[in-house]
Amino acid sequence: MPGVEIPIEKWTGKIKEVKLGGGKRKEIVLGGENTLPFLSFEGSVPHPPTVAIEIQDKEPAGWSPILLSAWGDAVKDPATWAKKAAEYGAEAISLRLVSAHPEMGDTGADVAKKTVDKVLSAVDLPLIVIGPGVAEKDNAVLVAVSEAAKGQRIAIGNCEEKNYRTVAAVCISDGHAAIAKSPLDINLAKQLNILLTDIGVPADSVIMDLDTGALGYGLEYALSIRERVRLAALGGDAMVSMPVLSHAGAEAWRQKEAKASQGMPPGWGSVEERGIIWEELTALTVLNAGSNIVTMMHPKSVERIKATIHKLMGKK
Amino acid sequence: MALTGIQIYKFLPKTNCKECGQPTCLAFAMKLAASQAELSACKYVSEESKKALEAASKPPIRLVAVGAGDKKIEVGNETVMFRHEKTFFHRPGLVIRVKDSAGPEKAAKTAEEVGQYKVDRVGMTFGIDGIAIQNDSGNAATFAQCVAAVSAKTTLPLVLMATNPDSISSALEKVAKAKPAIYAATKENIDKMIELAKKYACPMAVRSSDGLNELAELTDKAAKAGVEDLILDPGVRGFGDTLVTFTQMRRLALNKRFEPVGYPLISFPGEGVASPDEEAILAGQHIAKYGGIIVLDHFSPAFVYGLLTLRLNVYTDPQKPIQMKPGLYQILEPKPTSPLCVTTNFSLTYFSIAGELEAAGWPSWLLVCDTEGLSVLTAWSAGKFDADKIAKTVKGQNAAEKVSHRNVVIPGGVAVLRGELEEALPDWKIMVGPREAMAVGGFLKEHWKS
Ligand code: SF4
Repeated sequence: MPGVEIPIEKWTGKIKEVKLGGGKRKEIVLGGENTLPFLSFEGSVPHPPTVAIEIQDKEPAGWSPILLSAWGDAVKDPATWAKKAAEYGAEAISLRLVSAHPEMGDTGADVAKKTVDKVLSAVDLPLIVIGPGVAEKDNAVLVAVSEAAKGQRIAIGNCEEKNYRTVAAVCISDGHAAIAKSPLDINLAKQLNILLTDIGVPADSVIMDLDTGALGYGLEYALSIRERVRLAALGGDAMVSMPVLSHAGAEAWRQKEAKASQGMPPGWGSVEERGIIWEELTALTVLNAGSNIVTMMHPKSVERIKATIHKLMGKK
Repeated sequence: MALTGIQIYKFLPKTNCKECGQPTCLAFAMKLAASQAELSACKYVSEESKKALEAASKPPIRLVAVGAGDKKIEVGNETVMFRHEKTFFHRPGLVIRVKDSAGPEKAAKTAEEVGQYKVDRVGMTFGIDGIAIQNDSGNAATFAQCVAAVSAKTTLPLVLMATNPDSISSALEKVAKAKPAIYAATKENIDKMIELAKKYACPMAVRSSDGLNELAELTDKAAKAGVEDLILDPGVRGFGDTLVTFTQMRRLALNKRFEPVGYPLISFPGEGVASPDEEAILAGQHIAKYGGIIVLDHFSPAFVYGLLTLRLNVYTDPQKPIQMKPGLYQILEPKPTSPLCVTTNFSLTYFSIAGELEAAGWPSWLLVCDTEGLSVLTAWSAGKFDADKIAKTVKGQNAAEKVSHRNVVIPGGVAVLRGELEEALPDWKIMVGPREAMAVGGFLKEHWKS
């Protein structure tokens, strides 16, 4: 019987490298691989995916008690929260400016600037800042954020098809990376990358948020869009070869399965374990399908997903 | 995998004698490819060609069943590397392992508990698919006793785990009828295991301790001896090694048509990891990346629920979104006076509206119509969510008996259906709700008077 010959795929494309941080701040590099996730037997994976911890600028409402008890009073102040996240092993901080939302406080550019200043001086980790998700407010606060973080190379989001110019422009002028968010659609993702690079965002300064979904809530779409984007990128389509960011934590913890503690069917098991495994399986699935950075929320899931990535990179 | 007409044509005599009833051999080949003819209709195909045709039309990964009856686990027969290319067909089986060293009572009790585990999702019920019993004691009689005790307490398919053929043999004497899987044939014991698998016609796992070459030699041997219901354990454990090896095996089977690895896999995520949590994460990876029978050492309902949900996601046909079973669903213990809202059976549509009703604290009745898994607007434009369908569902689900009022809220996206619905449901007042699920709380607050 002849020996088994291991099939090797020859890819022509490569995921672009996007750097965040640097200077006095720790630097991370997203992307750079020229093979499918963790398949280093046929290519190189120079930078393991990054695990960021998501924090927000406002004390969370409606969060799972499991999450809240993990963070304690730190959730009252973003700088304290960021520090604690660093202690829990965050490799980057993802800050969501919730308070700028018209229904969540409607704070303005001055508050956003102050928050970002505080977080940047509290930790030396690379920073991601996500706006409240309402176009006018995104533009107002993210411009201030960009200026406050000039020279620190943070990632700013979101740029969406309907609203990308303002954020893209400040990313260009202040040297940040832009997060391009598209709704689970490879063509729209590509289109947005083209729009961004056309107006001058360097291709090594775009990170794609392909939309994530959560375990049980559309995760199959998140998985398949990532695999399709990865295959296209490795096949040589440079316009989808930007690194991918997945908000695994926020999506998972939003779901009833992660939050509900009472009156649940016995088949759901203990609430202490459920939310965490929900987050872990969501993160694992998008990592195996192709994600260069995941944002997560619970310290335990962060620890385990970091350990998982470590092992997937072939380290024991 | 189906062959094309042209591929089949190569194996035909090419004499165009018409005896098969077709004008040419090519025409006959086309009929064969379309499964509209039988190869036996041509008397002139050589034995050699027949064999080659059979081999070529074999699925690249064999479908293997563990267990008998309606609870049997069927794995294999996958045709793609990525689910978007077509779909993944046969959901991996989640199996819990017990050990005979724990004693037959304890093992049977665990098996019974595990067998009773049930959880509902999108209107379907899922549970654990099987029990693996490991011959930890090394003793054949102890093993057989434990297997008998377990099988008395559960109807789930079994995996018999022992390397000693005597242990397997004495267990099979008791439970062979239930078609358990034998785990495992190895380099050392394969001849005896093959005998047992043949004698009892049971599926057999093959384990290599030295890579794919050894594995291929073993499966080749088994197949040649007539044991073809094989399950493979390439001997690797942990995150990185299983991802790489399982990927390579799937590629070998699909892209290279390398038959010796063309069988489903069995994996043990609990071996070589640090904790039950890590086991669950690795089991998740095996669900997404090519696992077949997944043997867990820990049974935690929360983990299992997560894994079953992931399996449902990964094994959903991309052309056929996850669907809710049509019906009248209760949100937060509704009363007869609570609102009645209509939606489609696309699971994400259902979840978003159900989630908003819950979040807004509205006990309500949610009537799910069968739209073949399409969302509101898609279903409407495809003609699968019209006044007729809604009216039939209202009547079919006896909504009028559940609620004391006669108001029904339809999604804002299909406001145009109001007129027709008023005709189809003359006793009901049709209320047009918001277009977005998010606004349903506000809508009810403003318009619903109980
Ligand atoms: S019977 Fe066989 S040889 Fe004759 S035409 Fe049909 S396929 Fe060709």
